[in-house]
Order: sequence, then C-alpha cells, then structure tokens
Amino acid sequence: MNQNLRGLIKKYKWALLTAIILTIINIAMPTIGANANKLTLSNFLTMLGVLPPILLLIGLLDVWVPKEIMIKYMGEHSGIKGLGIALILGSFAAGPLYAAFPVAAILLKKRARLSYVMFFLGVWSTAKLPMVMFEYTSFGGLFTFLHITTNLTVFLIGALLIEKMLTAESKEAVYQSASALSE
Amino acid sequence: MTTLIIYSTVTLLVIISFIKSPQKTKKAFKIGFNSFKKLLPTLIPMMIGIGIVLSLLSPDTISAILGEKSGLLGVIIGLGIGSVAFMPSFVAFPLGANLLTHGAGYPQIAAFISSLMAVGFMSLGLEIQYFGKKAALIRNLTALTASLVFVIVIWRVHL
Repeated sequence: MNQNLRGLIKKYKWALLTAIILTIINIAMPTIGANANKLTLSNFLTMLGVLPPILLLIGLLDVWVPKEIMIKYMGEHSGIKGLGIALILGSFAAGPLYAAFPVAAILLKKRARLSYVMFFLGVWSTAKLPMVMFEYTSFGGLFTFLHITTNLTVFLIGALLIEKMLTAESKEAVYQSASALSE
Repeated sequence: MTTLIIYSTVTLLVIISFIKSPQKTKKAFKIGFNSFKKLLPTLIPMMIGIGIVLSLLSPDTISAILGEKSGLLGVIIGLGIGSVAFMPSFVAFPLGANLLTHGAGYPQIAAFISSLMAVGFMSLGLEIQYFGKKAALIRNLTALTASLVFVIVIWRVHL
C-alpha cells in the first residue's frame, strides 16, 4: 500500500471507524440511522460555525499578545488576579465546551498557570453568563445558585489540586501538547 | 445571536490587526488554519459519535429513563446520561424543566444537567489531544465530583 495512504488511514482511523458504525446503523436500523445522519450533519454545521472564528482568535492572540503579558496576568505568580481573569474569561464565553479547549491551549502556550486554565475550563462549562440567565428561568434561582456555587468551588479545589497531582514532567507535557496544537 | 457577536468581534479584530500589520495577520490565519487541520482527525469522529449517541439517546428516550427513575439509581443514571450525552443547554434546560413538572426529582435532574454541562465523554478524545491523558481525566473526574456534590446539596435542601 502507498505510504501516504497508509499514513492517512492511520491518522483518520477513528473517523473511518465511526463512519463505518454509522453506515451499519443506517443499514440495520434505517429510522435511527436517518436521525443519526441528521444529527451528525447538524453537529458538523455547529462546529464549522463555532470553531473557525475561535481558531482565528487564538491565532491573533498568538501573534499579538507577548508571553510576558500573559505571565504577568495569568502566570505562576499572578495570584488572585490570574484567578479573576480566568473567571471573567470563562463567564463571558459562548459555545460548547470543546470550543474552550483551543482557548485554554493558547493560554497555556503563553504560560498561564495550569490551575487557572483548568478553572477557566470549569467556569466555561458551567457558568457562562447567557446560560446562567437561561438556567435561572428554567429551574429557578436556588437551583441555579447552588449549581454554580457548588460546581465552581469543586472546580477551584480540583484546579489547585491538579498541580499537586501532576509531576513536574507531566505538567510540562501538558504545556507542550497544548502548545503543539496552536502553531 | 452569540455566533453573530463572535463573528463580528473577530472580524473587527482582524481588520485592526491587518491595519497594524498585514504580515502578523497572515501568520494568525496560518496558525488558526493549521490547528484546525491538526484537530480534524479528532473532530470528525467526535461529530459522528455525538450524532450516533444522540440518535440512540434522544430527548424522548432521556425523558422516559429519567422521568421514572428516582432515588440513588436515578441519580447515577442521570450522571451517566449527562456525561455521555452531548446537547446544547437550550435543548437540555427545557427538557429538564419539563421533566420536573412531570414529577421527576430535583436531584436526578441536577445530576443530569450538571454532568451534561461539565463532563465531556464524547469530547474526551479532543481534550486528551490538547492536554494529555492525565490532565483531561483529572478535569473530567473533578467535573463528575462537582456534579455529585451539587446533587447532595440539592438533595439536602429538598427543593
């Protein structure tokens, strides 16, 4: 087999596998299959709507924001300021959680503290402001208040603990893999 | 609406960036496009996987499962479905609110909603690609713990 083709197949093995599963579902259970096709298509459309501007934004961040600035505001010794910025960035976000990963990665590439970046991901997942409003109208004030306060507290503890749980090498590996994807 | 805000903000930033330095702007585009290329092998199976899971786990199925189940088992099922399913909040919140009016318990709905938002089983592949296995797993376990703590608190206040 052609070397290039083999590389391509290896790279896209999961894509191929899921596509095969989808095909089998379409053959075996046509009604569910049709629904799965529709949902898959709409997922792709959402992703193509959300990701390009965010990836472009991280490109702009990369070329315009110097590392020193990020270290000063979100770095190892930025203290409560870094935590506050993580909170603000996360709550003014929009989009599914996977859209937060590229943003988190560029923060790491610019040497923001790992704990703050993990906290940022937690805030993005749970306490995006537009969603908080919507949650309030759907489930009421007490539910929403307890949801946000308990989750953010645990996220904060988890974010601070993650640095204790990872060795210096695996922490560095996180920085490296995040940086490699934003170049 | 939010998409519109994101697009206009980014367009504005691109224009400012281009006026200041066309070269840097070109580089920014290249960085964005490159990371998209690198993500594609993970994004494609993720999108198909979510499509498959949601076709099996439709809002109707979720209602049927979560509506009847109560107690600890209901909470565990809620956490399980929430972790695996993937749907935007504007679908999930009305679904949860509707279940509550039809007699589902608050702790079970809390388990579902909280884990749905914070735990991402379907996006774990992408998360691992970005942050490595350990960090991705720790973040998701933290999110699961957070959901559990929320459930316990909701259970105690008897909403």
